[in-house]
Amino acid sequence: MKKFAFMLFLLCIVGSGFAQNCESILLGQVIDFHDNTPLEGATILITGTQDTTVTKSDGKFRFEGLCDGVLELEIFHPDCKSQFITITIEGDTFKKVSLEHHLEELQEVNVVGDLVRKETNSASEQALNLKTIEQFSGKSIGDALREIAGVSSLNTGSNIVKPSIHGLNGSRVLILNDGVRMQDMEWGEEHAPNIDINGSGSISVIKGAAALQYGGDAIGGVILVSPQKPIKKDSLFGKILLNAISNGRGGNISSELSKTYENGWFANGQASFKRLGDREAPDYILSNTGVKEIGVKLNVGKQLFDWGWKANYSFFDAELAILRASHIGNVDDLIRSINSGQPQVIDPFSYDINAPRQEVTHHIASLGMYKRFQGLGKWNVQYDFQNNRRFEYDIRVGDDRNTAAIDLELTTHTFTTNFKWDANSKYIITSGLLTRFQDNFANPATGVRRLIPDYQKFDFGGFLIAEFDLNENLVLDGGLRYDFNRIDAQKFYLESRWIERGYNTEFESLVINDLGTQLLTNPKFDYHNFSATAGFQYAPDSSTNFRFNIALAQRAPNPSELFSDGLHHSAARIELGDLRISSETSKKVSLSQSKDFDSWGYSIEPYANFISDFILLEPTGVEFTIRGAFPVWTYRQTKARLVGVDFTGYTNLHTNWKTRHSFSLVKGKDITENEALIQIPAVNFGNTITFMRPQWYDFEIGLSSMLDFRQNEFPPNITIFSPEQQREVALEINTTPKGYHLLALNAKMAFSVFGNTTLTASVSAENLLNTNYRAYLNRQRYFADDLGRNVSLQLKLNY
Amino acid sequence: MKNYKNKIEKLMFAAFILVGLTTFVACSDDDDPPAPVNEEEVITTMNITLVATGATTITLQSQDLDGDGPNAPTISVSGDLIANTSYSGTIELLNETESPAEDITEEVEEEADEHQFFFVTTGAINQTDYTDQDGDGNPIGIDFTLTTSDAGSATLQVTLRHEPKKPNDGTLADAGGETDITQTFNLTVQ
Repeated sequence: MKKFAFMLFLLCIVGSGFAQNCESILLGQVIDFHDNTPLEGATILITGTQDTTVTKSDGKFRFEGLCDGVLELEIFHPDCKSQFITITIEGDTFKKVSLEHHLEELQEVNVVGDLVRKETNSASEQALNLKTIEQFSGKSIGDALREIAGVSSLNTGSNIVKPSIHGLNGSRVLILNDGVRMQDMEWGEEHAPNIDINGSGSISVIKGAAALQYGGDAIGGVILVSPQKPIKKDSLFGKILLNAISNGRGGNISSELSKTYENGWFANGQASFKRLGDREAPDYILSNTGVKEIGVKLNVGKQLFDWGWKANYSFFDAELAILRASHIGNVDDLIRSINSGQPQVIDPFSYDINAPRQEVTHHIASLGMYKRFQGLGKWNVQYDFQNNRRFEYDIRVGDDRNTAAIDLELTTHTFTTNFKWDANSKYIITSGLLTRFQDNFANPATGVRRLIPDYQKFDFGGFLIAEFDLNENLVLDGGLRYDFNRIDAQKFYLESRWIERGYNTEFESLVINDLGTQLLTNPKFDYHNFSATAGFQYAPDSSTNFRFNIALAQRAPNPSELFSDGLHHSAARIELGDLRISSETSKKVSLSQSKDFDSWGYSIEPYANFISDFILLEPTGVEFTIRGAFPVWTYRQTKARLVGVDFTGYTNLHTNWKTRHSFSLVKGKDITENEALIQIPAVNFGNTITFMRPQWYDFEIGLSSMLDFRQNEFPPNITIFSPEQQREVALEINTTPKGYHLLALNAKMAFSVFGNTTLTASVSAENLLNTNYRAYLNRQRYFADDLGRNVSLQLKLNY
Repeated sequence: MKNYKNKIEKLMFAAFILVGLTTFVACSDDDDPPAPVNEEEVITTMNITLVATGATTITLQSQDLDGDGPNAPTISVSGDLIANTSYSGTIELLNETESPAEDITEEVEEEADEHQFFFVTTGAINQTDYTDQDGDGNPIGIDFTLTTSDAGSATLQVTLRHEPKKPNDGTLADAGGETDITQTFNLTVQ
């Protein structure tokens, strides 16, 4: 309509033009918005005419014989978005046109499908696209991430899946959810990320600490969960995903609706609900393993080239049942469980979520904006608020039956700002600041001594990163970061524990109140951490890519490592932190080479990570109480080395057939003790073969094989005194289960139903052969087998 | 239009700075000390009284005042048992971290169907028998009898299981459940 009106307008000008001076010259210059450099090869068209011209090396163009009046020009450039401008010609006229030459913003707009921008130039990175994310929509983010070579998970059953990168998890893995660093008590082994996978459009993994803009403590790596980027055009689209899942006899539904406008406004809402009952191992019901999850996400904002803002709110609530048989009384129960090979409690199938269970809720509210300065760069600011509430219910007696044993509320405010100088096409420099305040409240109403104390934490950080395009094939990048962390806790210690830990001599000044059997203490610790990264990317041709990176990272101990103290009932273990724990320092070298040939390609990524003062939690002995003996898990620091390699390969041997292969290996060693590190994933090898036939409604069927070898390197078991047996027994707490092989089948078809609506149906079967297995990195391996066969049906409607 | 846009931009930035500032001003320390938690379910003490006519009353005690703390329980046995004698036993459970001490035995009695004591003996003890019952007619073990045999040394292991299978065959293995207390006493019978 607009165009038509304009044409009419033009006609009017042309019509009235006969009487006018039609000898005017338009001289123009097209320049880059960022650095004011001239753009060559831009095509300029006077709309409504056939008159075109192309800019020369100085960016200049010229039209002659123009009539005075108003003209519209359309300017094209191969790397830019077309731009329309109107100018008034009054005699000879000069016009400067600045064009957005950098692709970044446009890519942000384009990232709807598979294209994912790399976050660093030199580090090992991999990403999951929307297709994979949708395939895992009935599962957790941790399950999906295992698709990436080098990413494994530390599980507590099948509900709690904690991602682990190159053998490291917890506080060493940063998770950024739509630009917000998750503060969801990631310190606990049985705390899964509070993210609903259905709210994401792409998930990238940076294996290592090279992405300094997100934090200096990513000794394991960074996981970036990004939503689908809004498209700058008028559209309304949505998606409904429905999964029916046999193992657990339930399913989930996720629905998403987006509205975008040509003028940059967008709004997006997404909600999902998941419900599963008890899962099943091949031979028995895994009693009390149900789950109920709710996720909601709302986004609204405006994205223009030169400025924009975005407000985001997300909510996640999960009720997770924990295998009944994993709740044990003392070390004799543990010995019994390990020896029997069968869960101690097997009840009929139920949807009930009983104790032991967790209930976690997470709220994120964030507001961010950016502004671009011509010839300079882009300024970003963001504030985010997070509230994480965690209840853990144990099996309790009497009046406390329905009282949580752990009740923590973690509130975090973060303010970040950064400036990116991208005006010069040869280099980009980004510098930023972060301030964060965090408060943890441990509710005393639990009637159980706090495992994690009340604390307040202050963080301050600053970074500078740069990338230089040395020449067409070589990009260098590097950066520096400093972080200050202060933790100010108020913690009660049993006097006997205070003495046993030797704190009475070293930390006597921290005691602020002596309550007889308990001491109230006020530990206040400051940590100064430095991190740095340097590397290069060399791409001699478009199909070869070589990356090298070295990264230094330091991480301050988390509250669990410092303060844990007490019996963790659900794990039946006493966990002991240590106030003396200092920051750990990692030096990691990684290489990555990838090559794409006509019908196949590969990438290989070897790495070595040397960590001094590595903080680890491992079984060290038992403590006797009236309830019997409990295994004691103690945090300690050591010198560690992790060396490994990830390999991914693919073939497209035939138009209808493709294969995918991945292999990852990591070896962890405690150099000080000269023994294997605990919880290091075993070698795994995955292969998938897919048959596709687009003519048959996009038919696709794939068979995957996942071979997990036995982890042969594990720390020695401990010998403990069993009160029940009245003798010393070996507790096989570290012995690893045997290797296993699982098959999975996945088939799908897509149909177009009324107009723009697409219905995709897929059927998948996991653990196809119903194999009995136990995974080393599942903390419930002592108690029960892992999941048996699961068949799920997925329907997806895009409209 | 341009002015309008600029206004929004300026407003947004002002809002930002405001939010940023208030955040850090609002986050001043509140120095209220947290309340201590005195665990209620903790059983610190198990007293077993063994009474027989014509014999000295014997008390067995296991006491662990720091609960789940690092100190192991202290075990005391007041004297030797007499051979070939039937003692009637009573178990008392206390939480001595509270003052006055809380009697946990009552809680066990109230939820008798979810609890059971188990006795495992070696050496100079002939047998133990339950002398009490829960609402379903299954044994509890707060009251029991212990019969000694000829003189010698003996051990008595007393275990309280929570949510055991009831009825069971009297062994810990069959009963399952979680252990609330377990303690082994070394005894002399003479």
